[in-house]
Amino acid sequence: MKKELLLEYRMKYAFNGVLLFLVSTIFVGYLSFSGIIDNPGWNALFWIIMLFTSVNVSLKSFVQERGGLLLYYYILFRPQWVIQAKIFYNALLLVVLSLIGLAIYALFFGNPIKSLALFVLNMVLGVAGLAAILSMMSAIASKAQNNFTLMSILSFPLVLPLLLVTIKTSLSALEGGSFTDHWQNLTISALLSSITFVLSNLLFPYIWRE
Amino acid sequence: MLFLKSNWAKILSVCILIYVIAGGFLFEVPMLPVIHESIRNIYFHVGMWFSMMFVLALALYHSLAYLRGMRPEDDLKAHIAVKTGLVFGTLGLITGMIWARATWGAFWVNDPKLNGAAVGMLIYLAYLVLRGSVENPLMRSKVAAVYNVFAFVLYFVFVMILPRMAMASIHPGIDGNPALATGDLDPRMQKVFFPAIAGWFLFAWWIFRVYFKVQNFALKIDRYS
Repeated sequence: MKKELLLEYRMKYAFNGVLLFLVSTIFVGYLSFSGIIDNPGWNALFWIIMLFTSVNVSLKSFVQERGGLLLYYYILFRPQWVIQAKIFYNALLLVVLSLIGLAIYALFFGNPIKSLALFVLNMVLGVAGLAAILSMMSAIASKAQNNFTLMSILSFPLVLPLLLVTIKTSLSALEGGSFTDHWQNLTISALLSSITFVLSNLLFPYIWRE
Repeated sequence: MLFLKSNWAKILSVCILIYVIAGGFLFEVPMLPVIHESIRNIYFHVGMWFSMMFVLALALYHSLAYLRGMRPEDDLKAHIAVKTGLVFGTLGLITGMIWARATWGAFWVNDPKLNGAAVGMLIYLAYLVLRGSVENPLMRSKVAAVYNVFAFVLYFVFVMILPRMAMASIHPGIDGNPALATGDLDPRMQKVFFPAIAGWFLFAWWIFRVYFKVQNFALKIDRYS
């Protein structure tokens, strides 16, 4: 698994690409939304940007992988390791990206967050869950034609539960909610991610074998 | 199972449904404010959603069976079950919308339960799109089965857990199993409601079997011609 992380790390250009995507999306959002945005709007726009960034990141894990490299993994690793490595790598990458994204977003739009710790914890749990669901969807979509559209069609309805809980908690953190009010939502986020993780481990081997 | 394959199930289902339709429109119902006579819709609307869940559970069962045994038949059954489920889901949406227009004043209101239903339809439509876009038949079956299991679990977490936690909903049945608790329903309505559920279940099973047989036959003809 370490090797996998290392392999992915070497493809830094991909990271820079996604980072640039994130920054330009935020800037577009800034130009079109500045001045007319309130707290719920701030929150919603932030999460929509994060959703599209996550899809972009996860798309790289299977869909944009070259055939030879997949064959190489196929020989070296057990299928569970592959999906675990992908999920962990994507989660890690997305956590880093979301932190950077949050900083840039706050720079452009101003920072209305009242309880930062809750917001960040909720964001980390949320994007980790997104990474888990989207990695698996990327694996599924990579087997089909016109991957990108399919990826969105498949994953948007499935990430909705997670996204709704996260957005709700996030908005409340923005307005100064405390941990005690939201431990339940945080647990649900974590629970959804764990369910996804377990399911991915069980189901991935079936589609890994060609 | 043998019982369900014989004709008795079909005759029974038709008899029950005739009773339900007649009883549903004619029997006495309690007069509640706002809902009035539209409460009769419960026999049809709830029946549709229950049947959809039943058929989708069937799809899950066949997807799991496919992943274990890799028999093409199971894959076809899962596919057919999803399609049947979508038909019942659409009918559930339509009856629900008519009911919503009558009681809440609009065909669609922003409510966790309704949105959950819409998301469910999207998920299973995506299943069909997924099947359409994989060319290799073996891969298509495997990918579809994997997605189906994944989607079912996540969707039911969504439908069962989320609306019940804290989010307010105007749709009944938030804090428990809607309409199943015997205390909830007027006894006059129970004698139509419970047969209605059984009747719709049998009917859904029947539709599923017929659809499956037709498709299976078509496949065989393709293979041998």
